Amino acid sequence: MIASDAQSPQLAKKKFLRDATVHVQDTGHRTFVQKALGGYFVSRDAQKARYRDWEQARDAASLAKWSAVNRLDELLPLFVANFEANGGQVHWARDAEEARRIILDLVREAKAKAIIKSKCMTSEEIHLNAALEKDGYGVIESDLGEFIQQLRGEPPYHFVFPCMHVRREEISDLFGKFLGTPPTSSPEELTMIARRHMRQLYVDADVGITGANFLVAETGQISITENEGNARLTAALPRVHISLSGIEKVVEHLDDLAVLLPILATAGAGQQMTCYNTLYAGPRRDGECDGPEEMHLVLLDNSRTAILADPEQRDSLHCIRCGACLNVCPIFKNVGGFTYGTTYQGPIGSVITPHLRGLSDWNHLSAASSLCGACSDVCPVRIDIHHHLLHNRRNAARTAPNRLEKFGHQIFVIVASRPWLFAAGGAIFRRTLGVLKRLPLPLLRDWMATRTLPAAPRKSFRQQWRQAGKDSL
Amino acid sequence: MKAAVGTLAAGGMSARDTILLRVREALRLPAPMPHFKSLLPSVGSDIPSTHAGSTSSAGLAILPLDVARPWLPDGGDTPESQLAILATNLEKLRAQMHRVADLSAAADFVLSLARTRDWKRVAYHGHALVEPLLAGVPCATYRVDGADAFDKSALEHCDAGITACDAIVAQTGSILVSSATSGGRSLSILPHVHIVVATLDQIVSTLGDALHAAKHRGAGRMPSMLSFITGPSRTGDIERILVLGAHGPKELILILVG
Repeated sequence: MIASDAQSPQLAKKKFLRDATVHVQDTGHRTFVQKALGGYFVSRDAQKARYRDWEQARDAASLAKWSAVNRLDELLPLFVANFEANGGQVHWARDAEEARRIILDLVREAKAKAIIKSKCMTSEEIHLNAALEKDGYGVIESDLGEFIQQLRGEPPYHFVFPCMHVRREEISDLFGKFLGTPPTSSPEELTMIARRHMRQLYVDADVGITGANFLVAETGQISITENEGNARLTAALPRVHISLSGIEKVVEHLDDLAVLLPILATAGAGQQMTCYNTLYAGPRRDGECDGPEEMHLVLLDNSRTAILADPEQRDSLHCIRCGACLNVCPIFKNVGGFTYGTTYQGPIGSVITPHLRGLSDWNHLSAASSLCGACSDVCPVRIDIHHHLLHNRRNAARTAPNRLEKFGHQIFVIVASRPWLFAAGGAIFRRTLGVLKRLPLPLLRDWMATRTLPAAPRKSFRQQWRQAGKDSL
Repeated sequence: MKAAVGTLAAGGMSARDTILLRVREALRLPAPMPHFKSLLPSVGSDIPSTHAGSTSSAGLAILPLDVARPWLPDGGDTPESQLAILATNLEKLRAQMHRVADLSAAADFVLSLARTRDWKRVAYHGHALVEPLLAGVPCATYRVDGADAFDKSALEHCDAGITACDAIVAQTGSILVSSATSGGRSLSILPHVHIVVATLDQIVSTLGDALHAAKHRGAGRMPSMLSFITGPSRTGDIERILVLGAHGPKELILILVG
């Protein structure tokens, strides 16, 4: 829904808190999602073991992205020049609205009757499907997970595993309802249903829309990573190929992919290589028998330059969208993907969403973290994810300070810098804790809802320390 | 068409110029380097390129083209070790590999496949390694780059597609196909079975080697599609359970000649 762009800040935060509470208590859902991720951890570790030095591979991947993002002023024009020399057409979009308009115009100009799409999170970011459907164009999501989510009328649950929360029985019912197929509990049979359903749609589509994983500056190619072959078909059979990409996806050298492709596969899905890694350099050439007549690339800013302008968090643009940080995040695994209410879920989503959609509205995501650092530990391009959540908290406090918090800290400074007052305050607190526990104070109430306070000690720590010192002498 | 879509903003500045201006402004403040664990790059004032010998003057010579990255998965350094690594990888990927002595043995193999599976129609493209394989097949054939215009519906009805390839990567078990050498874009992805015929000397050690060769073969102009195929099409979208043959070929069969 396009309307979610205009979601009010209170709504976003309230929705997060409400959905998180519901999900945390849904142990069936949590168990299911964690079980689905179990296989990922096993295969990821097995593939990592094949690297002769995984840490050094991470360094190289991180350097390739750092070097490109910090020279985007030079590499972005170089990429565009080479892409155009290959016969592709480039369109620039400052924001989501402009990107939607460009794509709608292209689709109109192509006189499209049927549009087929392969998985593209950037298109989720700009709510492209809703815009196309509003103008009367039918769009089919061809990636199996995205197709299931499209039929369910839901956004992706996880930006790499879109329907990891859906049980096979639900998929069987869904296919029965929309495609009239008999029920089955076999993932293989369900996959074949989608395969059979989709084949004629590829042949009939006149416009194919894809995303892009990397834009190679030195050769003007775009690189697309996928497992199913749906992106290959989407970029091969329709007459017009439109690709949508954020401007931060540029890398300098073709050779950088020799590191980035395997590391994306291993971190993202526990594979040595994703099944299809395809580089496109413009439309069909003379002498080639098939391929689109036109290839368009829409380059999207949509606040990416705002992140670029923040040197402290610029590295969040290194993200290759592998989703590894989601898979290890205790918050993601407990509150689930939908609770975030964002296009990009999990730790990296919590870092970049406030930049894309406003810090004051989305700062609650900065607190949706235990700061355990598991995300930064696994990030293949070494984004300092959990520290960026702290940076966002700090920046939010600077731009819109919380008066109550400020007042509280002022009181604390006064008390903590006067030992006699600290001791007196402590004595009062220890004696009244039993009563305080029972008072429904707003801050305490939320905290106490799931916790039991221990009884207050009779003596303060300082008293106990002095006592112990005497005894040991 | 290029100028058609909203390139001019209210202020008269195109979206392109606005974004590039924002990028230049944004990069005025330098960003710290990532916290590397193993590399000790000698960083000058410039931002290093990832390659020695490119425009950067910082001299960060860490990913030179001609040096194998000794920290990535091993691709082998002799033809024997490369073949062994390739075979292991293909098996794990559930791709099939058949070694044959010569093209006539390869043709026999294709013939037996066509018979046992009762193929009705096989697609192929014009190539010295591919065409001899079609000589005796007991079914109809469809040449995608023949005299008639390409017909995607005809290809969709084919049981198998036979292509040549650019290179085979031992390190990852990937087969590099291209629109220039593998019969365009659809032949290697639309039919249910993809058969690749290649010679032993097409095996390279690493992805870097394959990309390097592709770049030089393209001589500044890359084919419109280059694709690393790593095993048969697959998905894990339903409960993260692996299923082969999502949209692309369910089977990938590599015939190695030599």
